[in-house]
Amino acid sequence: MEAGEERAQGARSRDPEREGPRPAADPAQVAAICREHDDRPDALIEILHAIQTRFGFVPETAVPAIADSLNLTRADVHGVLTYYSDFRREPPGRHVLRLCRAEACQARGAERLAAHLTTRLGIDFGATTADGALRLETVYCLGNCALGPNALVDGERLQGRLDEARLDRLVDALCEGADS
Amino acid sequence: MTLAREIDRGTPARRAGTMVEVEIDGRRVEVPAGTSVLRAASQAGIAIPKLCATDSLEPFGSCRLCLVEIEGRRGTPASCTTPVEPGMRVRTESDRLADLRRGVMELYISDHPLDCLTCAANGDCELQDMAGAVGLRDVRYGQTGAGHLEAGKDTSNPYFDFDPSKCIVCSRCVRACQETQGTFALTIAGRGFDSHVSPSAEEAFLDSECVSCGACVKACPTATLVEKSVALHGQPEHSVRTTCAYCGVGCSFDAQMKGDRVVRMVPAKDGGANEGHSCVKGRFAWGYATHPDRVLTPMVRERTDEPWRPVDWDTAIAFAAERLRAIQARHGRGAIGGITSSRCTNEEVFVLQKMIRTAFGNNNVDTCARVCHSPTGYGLKQTFGTSAGTQDFRSVAKADVVLVIGANPTDAHPVFASRLKRRLREGAKLIVVDPRRIDLVRSPHVEASHHLQLRPGTNVAVINALAHVILTEGLEDRAYVEARCEAEDFARWAAFIRDPRHSPEALEETTGVPATELRAAARLYAGAGNAAIYYGLGVTEHSQGSTMVMGLANLAMLTGNVGREGVGVNPLRGQNNVQGSCDMGSFPHELPGYRHVGDAAVRALFEGAWGVAIDPEPGLRIPNMLDEAIAGSFKGIYIQGEDLAQSDPNTQHVVAALGAMELVIVQDLFLNETAAFAHVFLPGTSFLEKDGTFTNAERRINRVRPVIPPSQGLSEWETVCRLGEAMGHPMPYPNAAAIMDEIARLTPTFAGVSFEKLDRLGSLQWPCNDGAPEGTPVMHVGAFVRGKGRFMLTEFVPTPERTTRRFPLILTTGRILTQYNVGAQTRRTANSTWHPEDVLEIHPHDAEERGVAEGDLVALASRKGETTLHAHVTDRVPAGVVYTTFHHPVTGANVVTTEYSDWATSCPEYKVTAVQVVRATGQTAFQRERARREADARQLARAESTA
Repeated sequence: MEAGEERAQGARSRDPEREGPRPAADPAQVAAICREHDDRPDALIEILHAIQTRFGFVPETAVPAIADSLNLTRADVHGVLTYYSDFRREPPGRHVLRLCRAEACQARGAERLAAHLTTRLGIDFGATTADGALRLETVYCLGNCALGPNALVDGERLQGRLDEARLDRLVDALCEGADS
Repeated sequence: MTLAREIDRGTPARRAGTMVEVEIDGRRVEVPAGTSVLRAASQAGIAIPKLCATDSLEPFGSCRLCLVEIEGRRGTPASCTTPVEPGMRVRTESDRLADLRRGVMELYISDHPLDCLTCAANGDCELQDMAGAVGLRDVRYGQTGAGHLEAGKDTSNPYFDFDPSKCIVCSRCVRACQETQGTFALTIAGRGFDSHVSPSAEEAFLDSECVSCGACVKACPTATLVEKSVALHGQPEHSVRTTCAYCGVGCSFDAQMKGDRVVRMVPAKDGGANEGHSCVKGRFAWGYATHPDRVLTPMVRERTDEPWRPVDWDTAIAFAAERLRAIQARHGRGAIGGITSSRCTNEEVFVLQKMIRTAFGNNNVDTCARVCHSPTGYGLKQTFGTSAGTQDFRSVAKADVVLVIGANPTDAHPVFASRLKRRLREGAKLIVVDPRRIDLVRSPHVEASHHLQLRPGTNVAVINALAHVILTEGLEDRAYVEARCEAEDFARWAAFIRDPRHSPEALEETTGVPATELRAAARLYAGAGNAAIYYGLGVTEHSQGSTMVMGLANLAMLTGNVGREGVGVNPLRGQNNVQGSCDMGSFPHELPGYRHVGDAAVRALFEGAWGVAIDPEPGLRIPNMLDEAIAGSFKGIYIQGEDLAQSDPNTQHVVAALGAMELVIVQDLFLNETAAFAHVFLPGTSFLEKDGTFTNAERRINRVRPVIPPSQGLSEWETVCRLGEAMGHPMPYPNAAAIMDEIARLTPTFAGVSFEKLDRLGSLQWPCNDGAPEGTPVMHVGAFVRGKGRFMLTEFVPTPERTTRRFPLILTTGRILTQYNVGAQTRRTANSTWHPEDVLEIHPHDAEERGVAEGDLVALASRKGETTLHAHVTDRVPAGVVYTTFHHPVTGANVVTTEYSDWATSCPEYKVTAVQVVRATGQTAFQRERARREADARQLARAESTA
C-alpha cells in the first residue's frame, strides 16, 4: 500500500485479517509513565520508549494521553512518534525479522531474498503475519557487510551469509517457536 | 483597481541597532545585523528563488532553492539561514546555482500533479512561479514511481480544503500554526519519503486541534491548503484594504474581489493590529453580508402585530420623523432618544449622536458600550486621565509578566492571544485571574504560573489583596509613585490598602483564592521588569466594574508599570468600534472627546459648529430609557445596530420596555430580536459596504473601505442625516471624509486625523494632533494625561446578587471562538459547525448532585427568569459556578441575568447571577413565546413575498 493511499483513507496501516480488539492504553497508566518523567515535554522520546516497553507498542490511545500530560498537542506527539521507525504503533509480532536491504547486501542478493520472504509469508515488509508470529521489517546496514546478506532477529541475533534455504529454516524456527 | 500583492522578503525583519553592509550581485545594501542574505537580496531588489521561506516565519532551510555562492566560502549555502556579515560578497546566479535549482525543482515536480490549468492555485502558485524562475524545462524522473499523487483530499473544514497530493512538504503550514497562531495543530508525520503534513494525529482537519485561523492557508505556497471560495470562484482580480468588523482587535484585511464578489479576506501583513494574522471570524465568517436573511428595503408598520410594509427610503424617513415629532409634541422633548452602535463606524456614530443632540434636542444618547466597557472609560479617566488603554498590541512582545483578568483572549481576541502566546513561549510569565479554567491557564505550550480561581464577584477583593501584598512587603516602585502620582491621593490609598482586612489571608474566605497563591502572584507581578495587565468584560460587567478598573490602574501605578512599552493597563475591547463609539460622544453626559455637556466652553464650541443650543443636562442612559419607557415618559427610540432584546440583561424587562414605546426604530442588517418590537426598520450596511473608520482597543483608527456598494442603496450615515433633515436639522456632508474632518475640528485628540492621512499612513493611534502628528502608540510616557496619576480608593462591596438555598449556583457568561456576541453574523455562516448551540458548563460535583448527565437538557433559573439548554459536565468551571455563552437567541441567556449594575456607569452585572439548575423536560414559556414570534415573523415575510 502506498503511503499516500494509506493517508487518503485516514487510517493507519492495518492488516484486515488481524483486526480484532486492539489493546488500548489505559490513560491513567500513560499518565503515570509521564509523571515518572516529571511530565517534561523534552522527555517525550523516553516516555514513548517506556510506553512501548510496557505495552509492546505505542497504542493510538496513548497519544492524547501523553499530549495531555506533557501539555503538547496530539500533532506534536504524533510527529515524533512517526518519525522514529523503532516506535511501533501496532502490536508487534512475536518475532521480528529485519532484512538488510542496503547496497552491500543488495549486491549479494538481498532483494531476491526479500521477494522470497514476501512470497513465502504472504505479507509486505512493515507487516506482521496473520497469526501474529512474525513481523517483517527492512533495515539499512547492520555493519556486517562482508558477510551479507544479513538479517537481525528480535533485535539481537545477527544472521549472516543468508540464502533462501537458510532463511526458510530461520523462518520455520521462528514461526514454530512462536506457537509453542 | 488592482490586486495588492504583498512583497515576501523571505525571512522576518530584524530590529538590531547595528547595520551591516554587504554586496549582492554587485549591488551594495545595508541591513540590520542578523538579517538573512535572502532578505538583504530582496531589499536590494533581487528575488532569489525560494519555497520554504516566507517573511512571516523564521527561516527553515529545507527547500534548497535559495542557494547562493558567497566569496571565500565553500559550497552553496541556503541564503535564508545565512545571516549577513560585514563585507560579504554574494552571488545569486551562476551556472552551478542554476543547475542545482533546476535539479531540486525537477524532484519536486516529479511528485506533483501536473494539473496546473485546472488547479485552484493557478495564477497564485509559488511552485509554478519557481518552476518558471529556475527555467524548468524537463523532468527526467517521470511520474510512474512511488509518489503521493493518490493522496486523498480532506474537505472537512467548511472554509478550506487540504489536498496532500499537491504538498511539497515545505512545512510552512506547520510553522505558521506554531509560530504565527501558536496552536501546534499540524505536524510533519513520518520521515524521509513518507513525510507528510498531518492535522493532529492523522485526523481530518475538522476533528483536529485546528482552530481555523487560516494562517496555514495563507502560508501555503501551493494549492495544498486553499480557500474553498477560491476553488469555487477562481483568482481574485482586485483588492480593497479594509478592517474586520468583529472584535476590538481590529485586524486589517485585503478584501480580494472578483467584480463585486468577495473571493477571500486575506489578513494584511502591514496591518498595525494584526501584522498578517487573523482568526476564524475575520478570515472566513463574512458570508453573512450577502445572506438572504438581510433586509434590503426600509419597512414600516403602525403596530407591531401588523405585517411590515416595505416602502422607499423617503417614506420610511418621513414616517419616522413625523412620529418622533408627534411624540415630542405630546410627551416633551425628552421623550425620545437613541442608542449608537459599537459595530458602526466613527462617522455613523458621530452623526447619530449629533442628530440626537440637535434634531431631537436632548442628550438622550447612549451606546451599547454601556453594557460592556463603560467602566473602563470611567475608571481609566479617573486614574490616568484618558478613557482608553495605554498600549499598542505590539507592546506585549516586551512584557515579562502578563496579568490576564476577566478576559479569555484565545476565544474572544484570538489575534491578540497569538501575540501573547508567542511572548509566553519566549519565556514571559502569566498570571490568570478567572473563575473558569480558560485555555491560557493550561493549553499546549502555554501554562500560567498562577491561576487565581476567584469566586465570581470578588474581583475587587483580589485586586486589593494583590496591592496589599505589594505595599506591605515593600515591593512597590516608590520612585515612580513619588515622581508620577498625586502624593496626597497615594497616601490616603496606601493607608487604606495597608489595612489588614485587605490581606490575602483575611480575604481568602471571600475570594476562594488561597493566600499563598495570591501572595506569590503579587510578588511575581511586582518583581517583573515589565508587567502588563490585559482585561476584559470579566472586570467591567460587575456591580463594582468601575472600582475594579481603578484597582487595576492603582496596581500598575504602584509598580511603575505605565508609560513605556511592555507594560500598561489594557482593556480588550469586545467590539470592533467600542473605543470609537465612546470617543464619538455616545454617552448622555459627554460630547465627543469625553467632554462633559455641563461644561459651557465645550458646549459653546459644538453649538457654534452645529448652530443649535445643546442641553446642559446629561440625558438618559439605556437602563434609564427602559425604566422610563415602562413608567410611561419615554416613548420613542432609534436603535442603531444593537439587539437590545437579546444582548441586554433581564430580557423580560427590556421586552416590556420596548413594548411600551410608541415608536421603535431599528437600524440593522437583519430582523433581529428587537425588530419584533419595532415600527420602523431601516436596513443597515455590513462592514463590506461601509466607508469610514473603526477605532480598536489600542486606540488605532483604521479605515473601513467600501468593498461593495450599499446593497440597500443608502449608507447608514446618510440615513441618519436624512432623518435629521426631515426633522428640520440638515447635516449636509458630501462624504464620510467630511464627517471625520468635522470630528477632527471639534475634538483635540483627533485634531490630526483625516482620511487622507489614514490612507497615507495606514492607521493612526489617538491622540493624534500637533504634539503627535503620527499618533501615540504608548500613552502616559513621562507624565499622565491628567498630569499626575491618581490612586483611587477601592472598597470591596459584595454584589447584592447573593446565592441562596433556592439559587445556590453562580452563573457567569462569556464568548466562544467561533461565535460572536448575539450571533447575528456568525450564526449566518459556517461557523455554527463548531458551536451550533449554547451549552451550560457545570462542574461534575454540581451535576451529580442534580442527577444531570452530559448532554441533558437543563433548566437554568434565576430570580429574573428561566431558560433551558444542554449541559456540558466539565471541571473547567469550579464547583458552585456554571457558565454559558449568549450567542443563540433560542437560549436567551439574558432572560436570567439581573438588572444589577456598576455603581458608576450602570454597566450590567452579566458576570454574576445566582441561579439554580435542574433537569428539564422542555422549553420554557419565554422560549415558546419567542419561537411563536419568530414563526409569526416568518409567516409575515412569506405573506409579503407572495403579495
